[in-house]
Amino acid sequence: MSVDFVRSPSSSSYSIKEVSFREGNDVIVNPVIRYDSSGSNPVRHGSRGASSGGFGSSYKEIKDDDARLVYVNDPLRTNEKRFRFAGNSIRTSKYSFLTFLPRNLFEQFHRIAYIYFLVIAILNQLPQLAVFGRGASILPLALVLFVTAVKDAYEDFRRHRSDRIENNRVASVLVNGEFGDKKWKDICVGEVVKISGNQTLPCDMVLLSTSDATGVSYVQTTNLDGESNLKTRYAKQETQAKASLWGEIGGMLIKCEKPNRNIYGFQANMEIDGKSISLGPSNIILRGCELKNTDWVIGVVVYAGKETKAMLNNAGAPSKRSRLEKHMNKEIIILSLFLVALCTVVSISHGVWLRQHRKELYLMQFYRKYDYSEPEVEKYEYYGWGMEIFFVFLMSVIVFQVMIPISLYISVELVRIGQAYFMIRDDRMFDKSTNSRFQCRALNINEDLGQIKYVFSDKTGTLTENKMEFQCASIGGVDYDNGKAIDTETGYSAQVDGMVLRPKMMVKIDQDLLHLSKMKHTDEGKHLCDFLVALAACNTIVPLTVETSDPAVKLIEYQGESPDEQALVYAAASYGFMLVERSSGHIVIDIQGERQRFNVLGLHEFDSDRKRMSVIIGCPDQTVKVFVKGADTTMFQVIDKSLNLNMVKATESHLHAYSSKGLRTLVIGMREMSTSEFEQWQSSYDSASTALMGRANLLRKVASNVENNLRLLGASGIEDKLQQGVPEAIESLRTAGIKVWVLTGDKQETAISIGYSSKLLTSQMTQIVINNKSDSCRKSLDDALQLYKKLSDVSNSNDSGNGAGTNQLALIIDGTSLVYILETELEEKLFELSSKCTAVLCCRVAPLQKAGIVALIKNRTDDMTLAIGDGANDVSMIQKADVGIGISGQEGRQAVMASDFSMGQFRFLVPLLLIHGHWNYQRISYMILYNFYRNVVLVFVLFWYALFTGFTLTTAITDWSSVLYTVIYTSLPTIVVGVLDKDLGRSTLLKYPQLYGAGQRGESYNGNLFWFTILDTLWQSIAVFFIPLIAYWDSTVGISALGDLWILAVVILVNVHLAMDVIRWYTITHIAVWGSILATFICVMVIDALPFLPGYWAFFMIAKTKLFWVCLLGIVVSGLVPRFVVKVFVQHFKPDDIQIARVAEKFGYLQGDAETEMNPIFDLPQRTATT
Amino acid sequence: MSSDDGSSKKVSRKPRYSRFTQQELPACKPILTPALVIGILMCLGIISIPIGLLALSASKNVVEVVDRYDDVCIPSTDQKVGFIKDPATNKTCIRTFTIPKKMRKPVYVYYQLDNFYQNHRRYVKSRSDRQLWNPKAESSTTVCDPEGQTGDGKPIVPCGLIAWSLFNDTYMLSKNDAALQINKKDIAWRSDRTHKFSSNIYPKNFQNGTLIGGGKLDESIPLSQQEDLMVWMRTSALPTFRKLYGKIETDLEANEKITVTIQNNYNTYSFNGKKKLVISTATWIGGKNDFIGKMYMAVGGTSIVLGVIFSLLYVFKPRPLGDPSYLSWNKSPTLD
Repeated sequence: MSVDFVRSPSSSSYSIKEVSFREGNDVIVNPVIRYDSSGSNPVRHGSRGASSGGFGSSYKEIKDDDARLVYVNDPLRTNEKRFRFAGNSIRTSKYSFLTFLPRNLFEQFHRIAYIYFLVIAILNQLPQLAVFGRGASILPLALVLFVTAVKDAYEDFRRHRSDRIENNRVASVLVNGEFGDKKWKDICVGEVVKISGNQTLPCDMVLLSTSDATGVSYVQTTNLDGESNLKTRYAKQETQAKASLWGEIGGMLIKCEKPNRNIYGFQANMEIDGKSISLGPSNIILRGCELKNTDWVIGVVVYAGKETKAMLNNAGAPSKRSRLEKHMNKEIIILSLFLVALCTVVSISHGVWLRQHRKELYLMQFYRKYDYSEPEVEKYEYYGWGMEIFFVFLMSVIVFQVMIPISLYISVELVRIGQAYFMIRDDRMFDKSTNSRFQCRALNINEDLGQIKYVFSDKTGTLTENKMEFQCASIGGVDYDNGKAIDTETGYSAQVDGMVLRPKMMVKIDQDLLHLSKMKHTDEGKHLCDFLVALAACNTIVPLTVETSDPAVKLIEYQGESPDEQALVYAAASYGFMLVERSSGHIVIDIQGERQRFNVLGLHEFDSDRKRMSVIIGCPDQTVKVFVKGADTTMFQVIDKSLNLNMVKATESHLHAYSSKGLRTLVIGMREMSTSEFEQWQSSYDSASTALMGRANLLRKVASNVENNLRLLGASGIEDKLQQGVPEAIESLRTAGIKVWVLTGDKQETAISIGYSSKLLTSQMTQIVINNKSDSCRKSLDDALQLYKKLSDVSNSNDSGNGAGTNQLALIIDGTSLVYILETELEEKLFELSSKCTAVLCCRVAPLQKAGIVALIKNRTDDMTLAIGDGANDVSMIQKADVGIGISGQEGRQAVMASDFSMGQFRFLVPLLLIHGHWNYQRISYMILYNFYRNVVLVFVLFWYALFTGFTLTTAITDWSSVLYTVIYTSLPTIVVGVLDKDLGRSTLLKYPQLYGAGQRGESYNGNLFWFTILDTLWQSIAVFFIPLIAYWDSTVGISALGDLWILAVVILVNVHLAMDVIRWYTITHIAVWGSILATFICVMVIDALPFLPGYWAFFMIAKTKLFWVCLLGIVVSGLVPRFVVKVFVQHFKPDDIQIARVAEKFGYLQGDAETEMNPIFDLPQRTATT
Repeated sequence: MSSDDGSSKKVSRKPRYSRFTQQELPACKPILTPALVIGILMCLGIISIPIGLLALSASKNVVEVVDRYDDVCIPSTDQKVGFIKDPATNKTCIRTFTIPKKMRKPVYVYYQLDNFYQNHRRYVKSRSDRQLWNPKAESSTTVCDPEGQTGDGKPIVPCGLIAWSLFNDTYMLSKNDAALQINKKDIAWRSDRTHKFSSNIYPKNFQNGTLIGGGKLDESIPLSQQEDLMVWMRTSALPTFRKLYGKIETDLEANEKITVTIQNNYNTYSFNGKKKLVISTATWIGGKNDFIGKMYMAVGGTSIVLGVIFSLLYVFKPRPLGDPSYLSWNKSPTLD
């Protein structure tokens, strides 16, 4: 055992793998979530061996068709003919040298935008349709493709390199009776592999034997699911026994399920010596895990290479689409209809024009229907007017292509990257305690953060820290809750072999209890002793020693899957009952300096039906005892109340007191077993645990037989502390008009008390509690709705304005009622009720119910939902909600892996939503509208001109200019503004959370704004086009010169338009906006300085005239005056909240609060409306 | 978790503070205050109206004589196209008009075509700029179709529909029976003469086909001196356009009678195009066009009116700027 194994000395290649795992959200998609029961209950136990616990039926006959047959130590037979199992060589790289170009292009063209570009470019290559020069039409697409390809190539090169390293690692494989080195890539299914401590596993293996005599081994699965605690895995006793005979072993057959991505499930049977034994998830160790705390293990490969669970989970994240984007796509469809309409108008008019001039066509100097240069006179590029109309239609699509703002997709992506950068870099969202930054895992829903209406929050680990702290205990009917924190140095320590062992964490010590624990001769002392032994023994905690700077002192760290158990064991240790060693057969507890060995004879794991666990311990004094701990509801059923009724009563009242303090409670009981009883138990336990059919049920039955007539020892109260800033955060969110729902597995009392301490519930609220089963739910709901009506009537008649604050409703509903409601037609009523409640608290909910609740809201409203949680049990709701946020806390990384964003603390939700969400939303909305405007204005200018060219789509603006328009002339300012512009400062947004409402109401981007923008666009395009047109009517102006004027006018106009809307001018904004105009001038000059273009020198000639400049000025002024006037009018006479706050911010009415940003809690006026 | 884990060398991942990453860069936050709005509107008015007045007066000072002759310089037969296409007919036509006001030199002579789509796609494309400048690119005429080669495959210089349709009406002006010199030098852009039309390239095989589009070129004069061609090749932006024919370097007095002898060669009859002769002076605003002046007047006037309206509104319906009590949630619903 070394210090190392808490940290992960994972190889460099695996760290890359880890990145891929983060993308692999599908880990969670699997149907069975192993923590399904434990996560939502007050007690979190690790479930060891999936044959009990969550899996209903442990044994399922695997059909031969669906099975994979693995002959142990017989790879040849295993891999013969019809089975083609993957080798262990892996390939995460996507391309090889040859396939790079085609595959990369293929993947890039999955984007609809590129296809559009491509189709337009191809159309343009047809000689009849060549509107733009070849270069000009292909350049933008080529540029984007090239840059992406280079990026992809570089990433793939790195993957190739890591694959090579990975495949060439060496493992010890049994060949011809001896273990010899073999490269990872050569390992195949059926081979027997030996792994030493701290090594990484090369493939998925079924354990055959381990260095521990009982077949226990420990693995760390950080690489797989990010959880850093040790997990126990077992070799079957049958195979463990054969450990010495590996040389000649054979004839064992494993029948296992086909490769799948469920890392928490495995089903197999093993035939050994004619017997069939069943294998479960606890018998398999997976690729990517590390062996810890175990000298060696031997296992047989069942899945290799790309069929390992780790690799199967390596899939990309399912992408969510932001709401704004969905909206935007709708409007883009409108724009494409516009496009089709414009093209139709042009082509039909062209047809009419041809028809009207049909007799003149062959003599018109500018048409020339016939080609006389050939001996035979032919029609020259004239295909009949049907075709002509068609060609003109296609040509107009090419010319008006910018109508579909393809560049918008790219700019939006860039802006989102910029926003993600700012969110990640925000030091207010950095969590010191876990050293974790904010993480953007999904890049395309940033702006959704600004429109959230419902927040669904997990409680444990999200609102609370999930650092369980033992607070108090009721032992023998006496409440001990005067714990005082003591110094680590003075705390309990044990001497072992000259070493000082000390628990890593100390709990608050109650002096009375400490004193009592030392008096073992008294009855109370004995009782207490049993209690503490129970705490130390009745768990699955693994003690690890950690070295400290002082070589004589070692710390004991308790590793386990349940933080509650850890807390209890630490508590026991602090009172001198220190668990120092665990193997599968025994534990060693240092009882006040005396090492005592307890044999663990049996262990009934926690399951969600019994809600308790028990161990059967052979004590040093040769007695056999059953220790049981579990939730009070089920424990009191099995406690023999007749033994000491008073004590039971007292304990019950203490429990009630604890849970109303928000403590998590556990009840502990025990009894002694007589020898005969023990033998009876042992035989039934043995037969149950080797049973092939219904093992879980049998085991549960065995457990229930032992877990009865218990003597109550006492109860413990564990505090799950609220995270810092949670009440303030909830207050802010609520003020912002966001409804916060807490979904927890806790008991109702605990949940309510946490509700109060987190300010989710306030004393002014009227609570509606629904916790009854079946039919009475309907009545409760009806009553509640009645109540609501009554209350709102009362408030309406009493005080019309200020009522909202005084009779807010809070709904408290429990899991069972919820299940009932969700399954029946009452769902509708629940929705009706819950949407009227200010706060909703759901207690005792299971993970899938959490998703059901989210769906309840999501399916019925357009409101955006956000789910936040930290554990595997929150995964379903995180994925269901529009925005999923994972707390990277104590409970592993599954929630984080399923989430769109992850952060360290619940309170970061406030800056995330109110500040970043608000900004993201404002920025992206403005940007989308602006991009529509910017492109459409150019299209309209082109369209108007088409009306003056005989509908033939000659463009006065050079093709280079029209291509560069979205690339150089106008792209940078929108991106800069989209990334940097802020409508309001941080402190203002925190001071007035209500400002968030703008996003919820979709004020910055909606249908009205879209049509208003289009109207404005129309006017501006008219100004741009017709002012020069009329000014240069009857003049000698050439097509190129006028084209230059138009493009410059458009560019200046759209940039000044942007400048008008910029709220904060940074230096870089100035550079981008004015620089773009300058760049346009330079580009136009360069284009006009090329003598081989028809427009040579046109710009310089026209720029010499004053009329040109007067026109430019006139266009900009008359184009923007209407917009300016409307804007001023609206701002002054119908200002929105953002506008008022902005002015207030500017003129300092809000100053003095600038420093309150970090702790945004305010005395809100009573009349604050939260609907 | 690992507080005294001997090896807590973990580098803090705390983002490094900078005003940029925290989005706290200094910024200018302009707000449209009433004063600013009124100021901007008034400024716009004060700037626009003088420009408008100047433009109007400039346009007013332009003296312009426009004479449409296509309809009168042709026998009123139904065979207009036949007449104009027949090289044998006499197409001389004499027009007279009076100068309404004194015209100071230089007086520009333009021809104006109506309904002639010099910006038609088929037409605009049909030219070879390489051929005009590079003697070696003489045969790069594919872009010029259908006027790239003669029937027997020789390249046409200058090729293309644009050159082929060169305008070829000529005007002889006389004042009181004395010829009025029209200077046809330097009517094209200098850049065209020096960098676009080569002095080493001479017209070749030009206008030899069955269908005559317009004027012929003197094959002994290099392209760089064919200024009519250059002017013509600067295709116009709109279907109604003027092109410079020449300049008169003397003043024309009011009421002087001008006689023009027109050779009405150019065929616009096939598509009902109008031809006009324009004699005009020029100012900074170009020719006679009141639009810019009127537009500026309108914009300026509107701005001032709006400015006044806003001022009045601010006076009679004032609202304190940025008063937090106006925020929607601070307003009692009854006041709404």
